[in-house]
Amino acid sequence: MTGFVLRRIGFYVVITVVLAFFAVPMLWLASAPFDARPGLGIRWPDWTLSNVRTTFEHPFALTSLVNSLILCAAATVVTTVLAALAAYSLSRVRIPGRDVLLYLLLLLSSVVTGTAAMVPIFVLMLQLGLINSQLGTALVIGGGMLPAAIFILKDFMDSVPRSYEESARVFGARPRQVLGHVVLPVARPGIATIVVWAFVNAWGNFLLPFLLLRDVGKQPAAVLLRTLNDEGGSANLHVIPVFSLLYSIPVVLLYLMVSKRYGFRFHGGIKS
Amino acid sequence: MAAIDIAGVSTVYPNGVRAVDDLDLAVADGELFALLGPSGCGKTTLLRTIAGLEQASAGTVGIGALDVTRLPPGDRRVAMVFQDYALFPHMTVAENIAYPLRVRRASKAAQRDAAERMSGDLSLTGLLDRRPGQLSGGQQQRTALARAVAADADVLLLDEPLSNLDARLRLEARTFLKRLQRELALTTVFVTHDQAEALALADRIAVMDAGRIRQLGTPREVFQRPADMFVANFIGSTPMNLLPGTVVDGQVEFAGTRLPASGVPGEVTVGIRPEYLRIAPDGVLSGRVSIVENLGVTSLVTLDCGVPVGVVVPEHEEPAVGDELRVSPAPGRVLLYGEDGRLR
Ligand SMILES: Nc1ncnc2c1ncn2[C@@H]1O[C@H](COP(=O)(O)OP(=O)(O)OP(=O)(O)O)[C@@H](O)[C@H]1O
Ligand SMILES: [Mg+2]
Repeated sequence: MTGFVLRRIGFYVVITVVLAFFAVPMLWLASAPFDARPGLGIRWPDWTLSNVRTTFEHPFALTSLVNSLILCAAATVVTTVLAALAAYSLSRVRIPGRDVLLYLLLLLSSVVTGTAAMVPIFVLMLQLGLINSQLGTALVIGGGMLPAAIFILKDFMDSVPRSYEESARVFGARPRQVLGHVVLPVARPGIATIVVWAFVNAWGNFLLPFLLLRDVGKQPAAVLLRTLNDEGGSANLHVIPVFSLLYSIPVVLLYLMVSKRYGFRFHGGIKS
Repeated sequence: MAAIDIAGVSTVYPNGVRAVDDLDLAVADGELFALLGPSGCGKTTLLRTIAGLEQASAGTVGIGALDVTRLPPGDRRVAMVFQDYALFPHMTVAENIAYPLRVRRASKAAQRDAAERMSGDLSLTGLLDRRPGQLSGGQQQRTALARAVAADADVLLLDEPLSNLDARLRLEARTFLKRLQRELALTTVFVTHDQAEALALADRIAVMDAGRIRQLGTPREVFQRPADMFVANFIGSTPMNLLPGTVVDGQVEFAGTRLPASGVPGEVTVGIRPEYLRIAPDGVLSGRVSIVENLGVTSLVTLDCGVPVGVVVPEHEEPAVGDELRVSPAPGRVLLYGEDGRLR
């Protein structure tokens, strides 16, 4: 009996510690932006909106958020459109070695756009004249996400019965109509998953924009965050909390929107 | 409206399976035609070849006056109902039914109009705004049929249209399908492996095996005079009695009895349907009852006459196990199959 109680108590202590681990940053994010004297710890704030004003007056804070939106939207569009088309073709056309190809792409993609390939990517973009170009950066980010996106989407496409398409074809639908009327709508939950996944990935990507965008006016929020210092060179705690809060909003909104409309189906590799 | 003319068609899958093998078939305008055969004999493949979903590797497919062998499915003026119905899950019933019109860019009003007209004809009124997932099996089947009819095609192809329905619904749908086909006078080919369905519905039947047609004829012809032992085995709700026998001087000897028979002497197989044997005091075949199986209003009685012989008897004549019984075949219903398995 006491053993049981002790075990229960132990369980709750562990849970509390784990919970606190995740809750503290959240609480900080909720309180620090509105605190007149924000610190790195959490405390009951002296309510004020002056931090918000300071942040809005920062020369690059809002621009960087807009930059982030542009960059991520472009990368998401590139990834989703190309992945949907590629996944559909790979799911329907028999190519010898198709699965090997997919796995190889998946494996290489994590190497190719990661730290290991930093230098070659930089040199490549330099020679293409795409340094400091937001579109160029979006292409690199999108390209890096493409294999994983194709992999997940192909699974969705595989689960769309062929008879849907055949039925449409018998009624005279042209390939474009088959895609637009039948395949894409049926695969929509999968595509929604990819949109969110790609956007969130790109939104949090620091390395590539840091590497490829030298101009502060073009850098996205993830990169700017690192440079938010006050005159003394230490972290500017009047700007960072508000900025962090603004930075997290789009992702949360996107999640809520998509999850409301489609529910979530994150299970690459597993059929529902 | 159009006839279908298939000449020397072979369909070979990329893996080398010859699913349809040098097949000739003519389906008349307005006919309700059944393709019947065991699983894997190539029925679906033949249907898909007519629809253009598979490319014939040899031969020609004609629909009406047109050679459609090289045409894509959409240009063949065929409509098809798939075995899983293939209703689009993201569209409502109305949108599904009107889909063939949407492909042709008909106006929204015309689409709604067609959906309403079809739903009236196929008792789907009131379901138009549902999605396929919210329909019963029978309703899904009728929706698929409505969509096919809305396509206003010359030829209707049905792949096992009734197989997903339960026994009761299947009977209803059968009657329904036959009436609809009569009213539209649409050339219809339907695939089934349920021979009762084929016998009940079709104007003519083709019995297929291994990519070839074994017999082609009216349900009556195929039931009464199966052209070979494969068809004899396959057709009929109770298996045909196939008894080893010998023809000698104008008589055939089998199961311990003799019947007059013409033809060259030699080994034969005697085929008699259990339905064509009846109990008679002076019957030529006699044996002891070993099994009695109840079929509803009739019973299938197995007689031991050296070899087992099945007899269908009406319920009021049902014998007990162990009884001695004499039976004789209905005149003209004894079939002789030669050593090649063909009807002689
Ligand atoms: N896509 C395919 N690729 C390769 N072989 C196939 C394919 N589809 C069918 N086959 C083969 O072709 C033959 C005929 O198949 P088909 O589907 O036409 O049979 P069926 O008569 O419709 O059978 P069932 O009554 O089971 O539906 C079978 O041996 C089958 O294994
Ligand atoms: Mg089939």
